[in-house]
Amino acid sequence: MNLDFSWMAWTWPTAAFFIVIALMLCGMGVWEYVSPGGNPRIGVLRFETTRGDRLFVSLLGSAFIHLAWLGLVGPNLWWALALSVVYAIGVFRYV
Amino acid sequence: MDKTWNNKAWFLVLPMLVLVAFSAVIPLMTVVNYSVQDTFGNNVFFWASTEWFEELLHSDRFWEAMVRNLIFSFIILAIEVPLGIFIALNMPKKGWGVPVCLVLMALPLLIPWNVVGTIWQVFGRNDIGLLGYYVNALGFNYNYVQDPFDAWVTVIVMDVWHWTSLVVLLCYAGLVSIPDAFYQAAKIDGASRWAVFRYIQLPKMQRVLLIAVLLRFMDSFMIYTEPFVVTGGGPGNSTTFLSIDLVKTALGQFDLGPAAAMSLVYFLIILLLSWVFYTVMTNYDAER
Repeated sequence: MNLDFSWMAWTWPTAAFFIVIALMLCGMGVWEYVSPGGNPRIGVLRFETTRGDRLFVSLLGSAFIHLAWLGLVGPNLWWALALSVVYAIGVFRYV
Repeated sequence: MDKTWNNKAWFLVLPMLVLVAFSAVIPLMTVVNYSVQDTFGNNVFFWASTEWFEELLHSDRFWEAMVRNLIFSFIILAIEVPLGIFIALNMPKKGWGVPVCLVLMALPLLIPWNVVGTIWQVFGRNDIGLLGYYVNALGFNYNYVQDPFDAWVTVIVMDVWHWTSLVVLLCYAGLVSIPDAFYQAAKIDGASRWAVFRYIQLPKMQRVLLIAVLLRFMDSFMIYTEPFVVTGGGPGNSTTFLSIDLVKTALGQFDLGPAAAMSLVYFLIILLLSWVFYTVMTNYDAER
């Protein structure tokens, strides 16, 4: 059986994007294995979040940071990426 | 008693995971791939980087559709929620009227969306439609095919007709769960009708109202079938909501790259709203 996936139109940047997401999920799995329970706590948002919630908020927020950068500043997204990393660290630290 | 804990049970989730991978993850990955490329067919793609996203974020057409969508959601919420509460408050709580009202309320919810659209498309026509003909006979110049205001009125009234019952049923469920003792205490205190509503019924309906508001907001933000069948997004672009615009771009113009970029932005907005919905619901439960 010859599976043809050319219709999915893979590119290296998009593959790298999904590999990073997959690695993050694997990392979260390992983290959970090492320290079970998800480390729930109440942060600045005043409701309980687990580390999975924090990853979700980080990724969703990063997507909007990139879109806002693209719309307001320009196509060079490296600064948006740096800002997203800072944002994700902030989320994992304080949310 | 201690619960048995066996991580091998996770393998039972595997079939569902495979199903979700094929129905959601792989299509989503493909959309991401398309959003950074251009194609003229035959599986030949050209790298376009973030061009489609930039074009979209600077596109008046996209933002206009977004504003239309938000206005539409706001209007239908402003109508459906108070109307739903009002109807639920006036529905019988005992006797034969209960099943009759419940069935009547459930009927619009059982009709498929495209059928609702077709019903209102014919109903509103001023040549053969009952509504359109009589509104014109009363002296109003009503024509949803040509007049943007009439098109909006038709789409909003159709949505109210279709979905107010959902709010009614949810509110009614909240109302019937209030024990009689509350009403008896209010009667002893000489509480007015308004005081009973404000301090007994409304707080008891709060949870279901939250569900109703968020469900209706999400649904109306993703609305496609009914306005597409009735107005096709017209006249002009006056009732072109985000989903209609997306289908026009993807299937009408066959611009897969821009459509994929638009899908992703739309998806992110829906994801954000779903998260807010989920967070508000779960935290409201936790507080209680």
